[in-house]
Amino acid sequence: MADQPTASERFIQGILPENPVYRQLLGLCPTLAVTNGMKPAMTMVGATAFVLIMSNILVSLIRGLLKPHLRILVFTLTIATFVTIADRFLGAYMYEMSKELGPYVPLIIVNCLIISRAEICASKQSLGTAVADAAGMSLGFGLALASVATVREILGAGTWFGINVLGSGWPDWGIMVLPPGAFLVLGLLVGGANWFGDRRKRLAVTVGE
Amino acid sequence: MELLTNVLMIFISAALINNFVLHYFVGICPFMGVSKRVDTAFGMGLAVIFVMVIASTLSWLFTSFILRPMAPIPVWIWSIAGGNPDTVVDLSVLSYIIYIFVIASSVQFVEMYVRKFQPKLYESFGVFLPLITTNCAILFACLEIMKNLQDPTRLWGLHEALTLAIGGGIGFTIAITLMAGIRSELDLCDVPKALKGAGIAFIVAGIMAMAFMGFTGMDRGIEQALSGLGAR
Repeated sequence: MADQPTASERFIQGILPENPVYRQLLGLCPTLAVTNGMKPAMTMVGATAFVLIMSNILVSLIRGLLKPHLRILVFTLTIATFVTIADRFLGAYMYEMSKELGPYVPLIIVNCLIISRAEICASKQSLGTAVADAAGMSLGFGLALASVATVREILGAGTWFGINVLGSGWPDWGIMVLPPGAFLVLGLLVGGANWFGDRRKRLAVTVGE
Repeated sequence: MELLTNVLMIFISAALINNFVLHYFVGICPFMGVSKRVDTAFGMGLAVIFVMVIASTLSWLFTSFILRPMAPIPVWIWSIAGGNPDTVVDLSVLSYIIYIFVIASSVQFVEMYVRKFQPKLYESFGVFLPLITTNCAILFACLEIMKNLQDPTRLWGLHEALTLAIGGGIGFTIAITLMAGIRSELDLCDVPKALKGAGIAFIVAGIMAMAFMGFTGMDRGIEQALSGLGAR
């Protein structure tokens, strides 16, 4: 990997190679908390992507003015501003969903994913790179949440996006939509991702030989 | 008696039944990151209790005097400025920004104070303090207090806010210390290679969450028992 990855490289990296949830274990609160169904999970991804992209843009624009010791405070306040906008928007146009997501929308402020992107990328890179990075990371975050939510909603309620997929005879696995199910599914998926990554690496080595 | 029952209910609910980590999934980052050894995990737990109490007190003060709809200070300023007295003065749109500012600055001040005046204490948990700014558990406690202050049927007092903070902090400490104990035993076990590290930790947390679900309903039982005592 080159020292300074280009914008498109950063975009690709965010999706799978450096997936925020599976590879970096960042942003776990929403991954566990709102994935009992596809709808809340996707709303959450939308809100997080909005905040991540907007704050990356702003931080990248003001990167010349940042003072080292006040950096983190500026990042958090920037993020909090955009989270307030997203929260008010959800409350105005998607009232039911904002009730269901409850405190997890304001908790985007302390989502480590956003602060780490501001710190690692946006505060050092130009606008285009920062946007590409944020978009890639949001996509990766979306994929991760979608994978967890798919397993939990299908096994827990037999539906996907509220559409019945497993037929009416499916005995709902109640545990899947309850908190323990979130931990179990994420644990197994992280294990699966590791196993798959290892296997690909091993295959690549054998092919190389 | 009523007050005592109420406070006890909030405490048990925050510490055990709706455990911050295992029920609301807040504070997962330190729960996964700092739970390798029991003593560091316990130190982290104490630091969280400490900061949570301070941040909750401050956010209760800010919410009840400034940020809630028709809070006294903005209403007073509004009346001095000669505004229309029928207007609903509501600054709650600022609450997230102010909370995160309060948390970040209180962490900073606590760290400076502890380093200067309590060097022993600083050695034991000072290193964890900067991490706590981004700990969702603290912000979550502030948000819960805000929710209960904006609800006119509840209107929490400072004692209730403090109980929530202490209960939540103790719940976090219990969860992270248990987790650290289990993980230090896990080192000796033969875990499949792919699950090593985060994977098995999540599965253990899932089983712990299942165990903590056993506390569900306990609050109502205790409440009934206590109200029976009061009636007698």
